[in-house]
Amino acid sequence: MSELRSFIHSVESFGSVDGPGIRFILFTQGCGLRCQYCHNPDSWRMKDGKDMPVSEVMDHLLKYKEFFETSGGGITVSGGEPLLQMPYVTELFKQCKAHGIHTNIDTSGDIRITTDSRKEQLRELLKYTDMVMLDIKMMDAEKHKFLTGKTNEHILDLGRFISDNGTKMWIRRVLVPGLTDDEGDLKATADYIRTLKSVEKVEVLPYHSMGAYKWEQMGYEYELKDVETPDEASVDKAESILQTALA
Amino acid sequence: MEAWNGFKGTTWQEKIDVRDFIQENITVYEGDDSFLTGPTEATNQLWNQVMELTKAERENGGVLDMDTKTVSTIVSHDAGYLNKELETIVGFQTDKPFKRSLQPFGGIRMAEAAAKSYGFEVDPEVSHIFTDYRKTHNQGVFDAYTAEMRAARKSGVITGLPDAYGRGRIIGDYRRVALYGIDRLMAEKLKDHNGTSHTMTEENIRLREEISEQYRALNELKKMAAAYGCDISKPATTAKEAIQWLYFGYLAAIKEQNGAAMSLGRTSTFLDIYIERDLQNGVITEQEAQEMMDHFVMKLRLVKFARTPDYNELFSGDPTWVTESIGGVGTDGRPLVTKSSFRVLHTLDNLGPAPEPNLTVLWSTKLPQAFKEYCAKMSIKTSAIQYENDDIMRPIYGDDYAIACCVSPMKVGKQVQFFGARANLGKALLYAINGGVDEKSKAQVGPHWRPITDEVLDFNKVMERFEEVMEWLAELYVNTLNVIHYMHDRYSYERIEMALHDSDAERISATGIAGLSVVADSLSAIKHAKVKPIRDENGIVVDFEVEGDFPKYGNNDDRVDELAVDVTNKFMTAIRRHKPYRAQMQTQSILTITSNVVYGKKTGATPCGRKAGEPFAPGANPMHGRDSNGAIASMASVAKLPFEASQDGISNTFSLVPKALGRTEEDRVRNLAAILDAYVMKKGHHLNINVFNRDTLLDAMESPEKYPQLTIRVSGYAVNFIKLTREQQLDVINRTMHAAM
Repeated sequence: MSELRSFIHSVESFGSVDGPGIRFILFTQGCGLRCQYCHNPDSWRMKDGKDMPVSEVMDHLLKYKEFFETSGGGITVSGGEPLLQMPYVTELFKQCKAHGIHTNIDTSGDIRITTDSRKEQLRELLKYTDMVMLDIKMMDAEKHKFLTGKTNEHILDLGRFISDNGTKMWIRRVLVPGLTDDEGDLKATADYIRTLKSVEKVEVLPYHSMGAYKWEQMGYEYELKDVETPDEASVDKAESILQTALA
Repeated sequence: MEAWNGFKGTTWQEKIDVRDFIQENITVYEGDDSFLTGPTEATNQLWNQVMELTKAERENGGVLDMDTKTVSTIVSHDAGYLNKELETIVGFQTDKPFKRSLQPFGGIRMAEAAAKSYGFEVDPEVSHIFTDYRKTHNQGVFDAYTAEMRAARKSGVITGLPDAYGRGRIIGDYRRVALYGIDRLMAEKLKDHNGTSHTMTEENIRLREEISEQYRALNELKKMAAAYGCDISKPATTAKEAIQWLYFGYLAAIKEQNGAAMSLGRTSTFLDIYIERDLQNGVITEQEAQEMMDHFVMKLRLVKFARTPDYNELFSGDPTWVTESIGGVGTDGRPLVTKSSFRVLHTLDNLGPAPEPNLTVLWSTKLPQAFKEYCAKMSIKTSAIQYENDDIMRPIYGDDYAIACCVSPMKVGKQVQFFGARANLGKALLYAINGGVDEKSKAQVGPHWRPITDEVLDFNKVMERFEEVMEWLAELYVNTLNVIHYMHDRYSYERIEMALHDSDAERISATGIAGLSVVADSLSAIKHAKVKPIRDENGIVVDFEVEGDFPKYGNNDDRVDELAVDVTNKFMTAIRRHKPYRAQMQTQSILTITSNVVYGKKTGATPCGRKAGEPFAPGANPMHGRDSNGAIASMASVAKLPFEASQDGISNTFSLVPKALGRTEEDRVRNLAAILDAYVMKKGHHLNINVFNRDTLLDAMESPEKYPQLTIRVSGYAVNFIKLTREQQLDVINRTMHAAM
């Protein structure tokens, strides 16, 4: 079988905040969104990615199998936007499942699944996917466009598709003061989550500026310079609003 | 016998067999920590008193009081108390808490220097006696050392040798005092004495003399206890007596031996049997059980020795290694976890964190999950616990072994370790290049080998020479240790500790390696990059120029990790070619204690790019900052080192910022427990866990008064951070602190 060409940004040998347990994180290269708060702007342009064959990822991964087993962890493919490289991720996850490794996709959801062939591709991938973490950045389409460069139509569609497929989901929300913390919008998000069937958990991630230096390195202007990390109370509040969807 | 009412089993009654007693009577606990109780008023009051004395001691330059006249023996001092009304467990090394005892048997000059450096003076009469009439261990050793041994010791290629201080690392089975009472133990020793061969070989004469000494020491122990109003001739009848009897046994040992590590053993599960019986019979409440445990641990925290500032520089902040081994699993697969395993760890909450006793959890994947999570929780909270792999030790040491010092396992009461410090393999590698000439002093320390004169170092050539150097070093090292242990047995015999062993206990000759990561990285640099030696005017290599990159130990890269494994195996093999004094087993550790700073200072630049004088990594750790692939890759590298060739332990000290373990407290606890499980499955031996932010340490350097109890794990033991020298503090701060796993 010929190896699929991939566009990979980097690997983090281990993370504990992107899905359950201890996780190997593969960051893919290339993303269609341009979120103002992105902490990986260096992963935007697909052609900057390096090719990493599935076998190479597997070699690395299997060295740490014990850590996944004992912690209930596994692999998380993040990005960039991993769903831009579905055949590659499918092949990778197929092999992971053959070794009993838990698989997780961390997606922005910005992918069109309007054609049958695309739907088929995604269904095939989800066969080998234990869970998906989906970001719902904003419900308001216009504000979403301001924040990310695009409206959220595809994202909401994707959420429904995954839900209909029965794949387990975590919904995540980055809380940026003044941008994504509007109470009405959070409530609307909860309403949307309520329509999904397979959501197991919601997480609110407080915005941090740790990615700002990368913007400068890339020669971009970082517009959120003056925005601070939200306080604990507002994170708790946002979380309790979203939690109502799971009650 | 009334004392044994309710206890099951007979084997342990017929002969001295504490393990059998535990196996027959243990109440395994698989629940969580919700039964634990907080400190009592008395505990708080006593601990406040301790904290005040600790402050006074610090303000007084590190020592509050010292006995300069009375040579410490089991019965040398009257009873001493912190607060007689409140203490449930009593006994101090001298007649007062915080007063250090005078122990000249190891070496009178060391005792004098220790006193002098803190503004005291040893009574001239004592100096006179121990200089002119009574020979010390230290003098004995130097009577027998060869010139080559002295040179190797001076250059530091063999280092940290217990030739001027007590060797320690012998754990008396203090539980025997509680379970059997002194009279029974004396009767057994008498039987052993009568049972020796009557052919008077040197060996047999020595044995008979030693058993007599042990017998005498037991009798003195009885007298010591009587000074505190306790009759310990018979077995303990209650939990309180059991703790007290056991502690008396330990106290006698530390009154006679200023050993480098005076470890306690594996006592909490043993004591639990007494506590459980009293709880069942309504004799005590949980609150009282915890109070006794708190008071016992308080005593263990107050063990103090008179040592020189040099010694403290080597070992950081006055450690005593009162190591207590907790948990583990029985050979039948039953966890040896009891409620008292929780109670002893809970002292970290009730009294606040502290470096001593050196709480060591014997970790197995088969431990109850609730206990695993409790340990993880307490580690995250206090950074005061170390973990050692019960699953790889149990097949060799059974299920009643304990850890002495940092990582040294031995069967309690059945095996004795002869502690042998370590060989500096980083320096040995430089000897291979410089033909046995020391790179610092330029003295010819090793034999006159031909130095390597190549412009670029060739891996095969260096490796071949290095193997020759290791062979030479191993022989010299074993012989040096033989001198030390012969003299220690003769002039500073551990009578009470040996009295609490079987008379035919097995001896383990322990050696050690320092600088393993420096050697592995250096060999990797020579093999995978281009290393050019820089020579001084006499042709001695004093620095290296490294061109190109090379794999570094600590990144789970076999190309270099296998070099570390290879060196470990080769040195152990070389050691085993030579006959040890009195020992049946030879082991080595990969452990530096905190001496990695001092060893580094004494070692020239190494081919890995480390500059002259820079610290080594501690123990088996990768070099600071070179393990750049994350925490788990680093752990995976260390876990490859073979325990079969390092049965005295492989120390790995590990620091994480809390966030790296997960988003919520619950995630952190579960992930840390999972990391320990995985490390044990990968056959890693030891893990020190520190969980804190760098800022806390920086702040503690600036304002030590705010952090009187800040405890961190360094290398097989814990220290009080503010007692470290500034240099050591910086070394700790500069170590790799994993922000992401």
